[in-house]
Amino acid sequence: MSLLQTEGLTRRYAGLVAVDAVTLAVPQGGVHAVIGPNGAGKTTFFNMLSGLVPPSEGTMRFAGQDITRGKAHRRAALGMARTFQNIRVFTEMTVLENVLTGLHAGMACGLAGVVLRLSGFRRAERAAVVASRAALDAVGLADHADALSGSLSYGDQRRLEIARAMVAKPRLLLLDEPAAGMNPAETESLAGLVRRIADGGTTVLLVEHDMGFVMGLSDSVSVLNFGRLIYSGTPAQARSEPAVVEAYLGARLAEKLRARHG
Amino acid sequence: MPAWLDDFLWTYQNLINTLGVNGLLALSMYVVLAVGQLSLGQAAFMGLGAYSSALMTMKLHLPFFVVLPASCVVPVLFALAIGVPTLRLSGVYLAIATIGLGEVLRTVYLNVDLVGGALGLNGIPERAEAWMIYGLLVVAIAALWLIGRSHVGRAMEAMRQDPVAASVMGVDVQRYQLGALLASAVLAGIAGCLSAHQSSFIGPNEYGFEPAVTILSFALLGGIGTPVASVVGAFILTLLPELLRGFSDLRLVFNGLIIVAAVLFLPRGLVALRMRRRAA
Ligand SMILES: Nc1ncnc2c1ncn2[C@@H]1O[C@H](COP(=O)(O)OP(=O)(O)OP(=O)(O)O)[C@@H](O)[C@H]1O
Ligand SMILES: [Mg+2]
Repeated sequence: MSLLQTEGLTRRYAGLVAVDAVTLAVPQGGVHAVIGPNGAGKTTFFNMLSGLVPPSEGTMRFAGQDITRGKAHRRAALGMARTFQNIRVFTEMTVLENVLTGLHAGMACGLAGVVLRLSGFRRAERAAVVASRAALDAVGLADHADALSGSLSYGDQRRLEIARAMVAKPRLLLLDEPAAGMNPAETESLAGLVRRIADGGTTVLLVEHDMGFVMGLSDSVSVLNFGRLIYSGTPAQARSEPAVVEAYLGARLAEKLRARHG
Repeated sequence: MPAWLDDFLWTYQNLINTLGVNGLLALSMYVVLAVGQLSLGQAAFMGLGAYSSALMTMKLHLPFFVVLPASCVVPVLFALAIGVPTLRLSGVYLAIATIGLGEVLRTVYLNVDLVGGALGLNGIPERAEAWMIYGLLVVAIAALWLIGRSHVGRAMEAMRQDPVAASVMGVDVQRYQLGALLASAVLAGIAGCLSAHQSSFIGPNEYGFEPAVTILSFALLGGIGTPVASVVGAFILTLLPELLRGFSDLRLVFNGLIIVAAVLFLPRGLVALRMRRRAA
């Protein structure tokens, strides 16, 4: 059975359908990509999956549960984590504190335990710090644990977001354009990181414009165009699929026309 | 106790108590700002605590050790009534609703005979002692500091910076916002009770818009990086008018200037410390 399943998932905004009846199954395990031209609805699709934007129509199931109406904060406990296209680290917290927030859903201790510093609370905090340092280590940020997150470079902030998302060992990790703004060397090491995450048992669903990155990494590719799912299958076949080629050529042509005619 | 200390305490008793009460009010503001919300209802919550506790003492003749904790009940009920509907909406609604609350309550106090109308309540027994005020202040600071250095404090700071990202981390943002508002109502209500039982008089105009702005300026001047910062702000703003007498007429102007200056030049307040957000 698939880990994630959407059925006719739709999101309308005044005057446009951002995501149009998308039915998609993401199997357990592996790296899966969602691609498509700018404005195709990829981020909106992710926002619905993570509970930030309620669907206008359709349903979603995750790990055997209907999550169509569930709130965003419930996703973490179910084992879904994500990063954002426009980085959203807590810039005024240290790197380590950022990663610690990724464990929030699992911190069960109540206010009394916190204020009285009961042993259960202290144990949980210690364990959280150990797990967070390990997550930072995995993305190569261990040396920056006590730096303010806002002071990190762009690429490091993207890695920090991944560490924060991964620290609770989610079943599904959503990455929205993780390679955006990275140079080729950073992109290559990111690909290695994503591979290791998938090998560790977390299913990865990612949106990315860098085709080399997508093709080399993904077990399956789904293509959105104007909100519609126009292809879902192997990366190799995507290249020869007329609808996909057309969507990308159309988008490129439109861009060229814009550039030429303002 | 040495004689000079006794003298000192006697002379400045009122000021010393007021400082402590204002410290508690600053904390009640801090709790709300620390989760990224803005409430202008702290004075109104304080008034509810003051009036309800004065009535419990004067009409029901309850002992102070019952009245003090019970003084947060009415403020908490009002905070629930305001918070539950407004916190679903964007942050501005809480600010507007709480301004409204203060003005509505002022009209109610003015027109209800039970609470003395325009004359207010006189002859409230002076039962609040400095040790109670400062004991509670220290306990509140310690509790908020301990909470700040835990997953709860991290969640509060996360949602202050970015509620969307915080919710993705699993923080139930609305629940935390309501919790913070209720905690702030408890602190303000208790501060109201303590102040009513140390000044012997309370009136309808003490809990309106002006004190609400003053309480906000405590936290804005001191900062909200740590709970102590807001208390420092309260101490400075309570002592300044005492030091510069004659200046108290301009208090509201001064508070307004502080808010503008704090926002423009000191966005993190005078005590711009950042709290360590973990216990281990
Ligand atoms: N809150 C919103 N209100 C109105 N329209 C929106 C909103 N969010 C997204 N849209 C529109 O929905 C469409 C899809 O946007 P979305 O951000 O999902 O695209 P995308 O595939 O992620 O694009 P990109 O590759 O540029 O990130 C766009 O036309 C966008 O303008
Ligand atoms: Mg996008």
